[in-house]
Amino acid sequence: MTRKIALAVAWRSIHNFLSNPAFLAPGILFPLFFFTAFAGGLSAISNTPGFEFPSGYTAFQFVFVLLQSAAFGGVFTGFGIARDFETGFARRYLLAASDRRGIVAGYALAALVRSLITWTILTAVALVAGMEVGGEGVELVGLYGLAILVNATATMWAAGVAMRVRSIQGGPLMQFPVFLILFLAPVYVPLSLLSGWIHAVASVNPVTALLESGRGFISGDPTAVALAFAIGATLPVLFALWARGGLKRAEAAG
Amino acid sequence: MNAALRTQVGQLARRSVLRTMRQPGQIVPALIFPLFLLAVNSGGLKSATDLPGFPTDSYLTFALAVPFMQGALFSVMNAGTDLARDIETGFLNRLALTPLRGAALLSGLLAGAVVLGVVQGMVYLSVGLIAGAELAAGAGGALVLVVLSVSVTVAFGTLGLFAALRTGSGEAVQGLFPLFFVLLFLSSMSLPLSLLQTDWFHAVASANPVSYLLQAFRSLLIEGWNLGDLALGFAIAAAIGTIGMYAATRTLKTRLVRT
Amino acid sequence: MENKAGQRAGIEAEGLVREFKNGPRAVDGIDLLVPPGEIYGFLGPNGAGKSTTVLMLTTLLPPTAGSARVAGFDIVREGGKVRSAIGAALQEAALDPLLTGREHMRLQTALHGIPKAERTERSDELLARVGLSEAADRKVGGYSGGMKRRLDLALALAHRPRILFLDEPTTGLDIQSRTALWDEVAGLAKEGVTVFLTTQYLEEADALADRVGIIDHGTIVAEGTPAELKAEIGRPTVEAVPHDEGEQQRVAEALRPFGDRCGATHRGGASVRLEGGESQLADVVRALDAAGISIEQLQLHAPSLDDVFLAKTGRSLEGAGEDAEGEPGSEEMEAVGAS
Repeated sequence: MTRKIALAVAWRSIHNFLSNPAFLAPGILFPLFFFTAFAGGLSAISNTPGFEFPSGYTAFQFVFVLLQSAAFGGVFTGFGIARDFETGFARRYLLAASDRRGIVAGYALAALVRSLITWTILTAVALVAGMEVGGEGVELVGLYGLAILVNATATMWAAGVAMRVRSIQGGPLMQFPVFLILFLAPVYVPLSLLSGWIHAVASVNPVTALLESGRGFISGDPTAVALAFAIGATLPVLFALWARGGLKRAEAAG
Repeated sequence: MNAALRTQVGQLARRSVLRTMRQPGQIVPALIFPLFLLAVNSGGLKSATDLPGFPTDSYLTFALAVPFMQGALFSVMNAGTDLARDIETGFLNRLALTPLRGAALLSGLLAGAVVLGVVQGMVYLSVGLIAGAELAAGAGGALVLVVLSVSVTVAFGTLGLFAALRTGSGEAVQGLFPLFFVLLFLSSMSLPLSLLQTDWFHAVASANPVSYLLQAFRSLLIEGWNLGDLALGFAIAAAIGTIGMYAATRTLKTRLVRT
Repeated sequence: MENKAGQRAGIEAEGLVREFKNGPRAVDGIDLLVPPGEIYGFLGPNGAGKSTTVLMLTTLLPPTAGSARVAGFDIVREGGKVRSAIGAALQEAALDPLLTGREHMRLQTALHGIPKAERTERSDELLARVGLSEAADRKVGGYSGGMKRRLDLALALAHRPRILFLDEPTTGLDIQSRTALWDEVAGLAKEGVTVFLTTQYLEEADALADRVGIIDHGTIVAEGTPAELKAEIGRPTVEAVPHDEGEQQRVAEALRPFGDRCGATHRGGASVRLEGGESQLADVVRALDAAGISIEQLQLHAPSLDDVFLAKTGRSLEGAGEDAEGEPGSEEMEAVGAS
């Protein structure tokens, strides 16, 4: 029953963003733009002494933009959940669903589908732009696997906020922490080339492990895989509990 | 300027300033967000100073110009959404029923942008200097920097006014944010023009007026008194402001329909 | 039209038309003559053209055709002079939620050129008049709907206008606030202010207006005092409902001598429009008694402005607005004839 509910909820969200390009466009255009700006505008950074990345700066930035789009895909889904609560539509779900966990699962499924569309377009553009891919099949599966885990984490985070706040006013609260944690990671150069406070912060930032591992996958030199997947697998579970708490709050509010 | 016009501009300026001060939600993000990005980028791109031809040893000093431009973006949004709200609520009709002149309305509305420009300029510069940035032009340069900040903020504010008058909608004005965001990124925001390797990116950034505005700020911070760069920056700000004001004035005629 | 002082005043309109691009003719040839000091009620459903008429008369929308003079000045050629003579509280309260009531007054009085020395006094006077002295230093964002409307009225009066336009001033207000506003409007009229009031509430037009113009689909379908309009339509109707539904026919026969039979009612009674008016009611009671019919309910229905609207348009005013198109919004002000 939970599966049926999830599929129904996912269907509606997917239908909405496929039939309203205005909903889908930002999620695609922003990552493309960031990719263009970072890979194009900052390519000279790869000439910095000590910067050694076999697949080139385009691939280096591609990984960041991929994970960033995964995270923001989750946040945009959170906006949609908040909007549903604000308009009262979510109450329809709460009334109809026998197992309400299916509702959250449905939203998460829709977020994943939306992200898959974005990643397909992003990957195609990157390849056309001449991105070098050193990794092979399994490694690339690993890269996109990490992206899926990031997407799930961000969706659960945003869903938890959305169900607690139940208003689009919660948007900044969903976005800002995600933005913060992404940018306090080695965005422009590897961790080894950071220094000072940013190095200290990035060293303990879980996104760093995901980024470094993803960059390892794309260059064919897998790095810190176990740590990355341990983090990547734990975070969605933790935030799923957060989301569940949000669902309980929403149920209690009626 | 006759007494009536002075009164009109003064009253609307007063209102604009009051509204700006009473909306911390407009001021605080405009201060915090650019400073956060400054911190992150100056830490993350520190190694860029090792590139041959990079104009300074301090990436913080180089990057300090960027918050001034980000602040200008917020000015577009704030000025635009305030005016759009006046249109949506009918407050503009209320003003239209008074002897208020269109030029006074627009000038008064920009007073809030002036205040924001001063506050932003002072905050960004102070925080930057405390964090270790250099100001080659000295105390006099600090004053010029704040004046340049005000000029840029007001110039972009006129674009926000035009957008509001054209669309009459706060949501539509907000929708412009990505456009201006893109304009900022496709510039010499992160690296000097001479170090932009990708041909198309270099071409776009070279044609982007934002690159020259950034250079005007940087000339004060890094070089000292480069009058050419400074003059170009002020000229571009003046040009943007003139075009924006002209467009806004023309559009105001259709929006403030009065016989 | 001139007042006692020989000044031209009041509102005159001839063949006023407003068309919108790709849209309806919102106002389709309106003639008006509102003498100074009158409260003129402009009554009609949503989308009838009331607000569009007000926008034209207050110079915020140029007419497509026709002409009008307000306070003696042409609305097209002498817009500035019109605006200096009128005050307007339009459909939206149009206030800035971040400013206080006092700051609004200060802005309004200054923009109207009231000397600095007089602004505070004038502001205080008006705020007291509308009962907002205590709330004057609070931000308008925290005002109730009634308070906002009162402030709106105070702002419209800032420069002592001779003519006041009120566009649906009590829509959305509770009964207490509405009554307070009616009292204020009546007081203004006593002071000689001409009031042009648009409303979709029958009782408002009935209670306040010296004369009423009923507008539908952009044209005035009826005009006169409320009493004249109602009398034109009619005479009151009496409805008698017997205890025993089977007596309905007998009730109808007993009522027949008193006027045109209106027919059976859904409550099992019969009704008749009284030829001789309300004074026949006693005779009706005697007739029913003489016929030996036991009556459960006897009701006298006086004609209302809704009956007037119904007679003129074939529709009831209440609910008529749901059929009508909404009046175009500001985005359609770039339109035919706009300059």
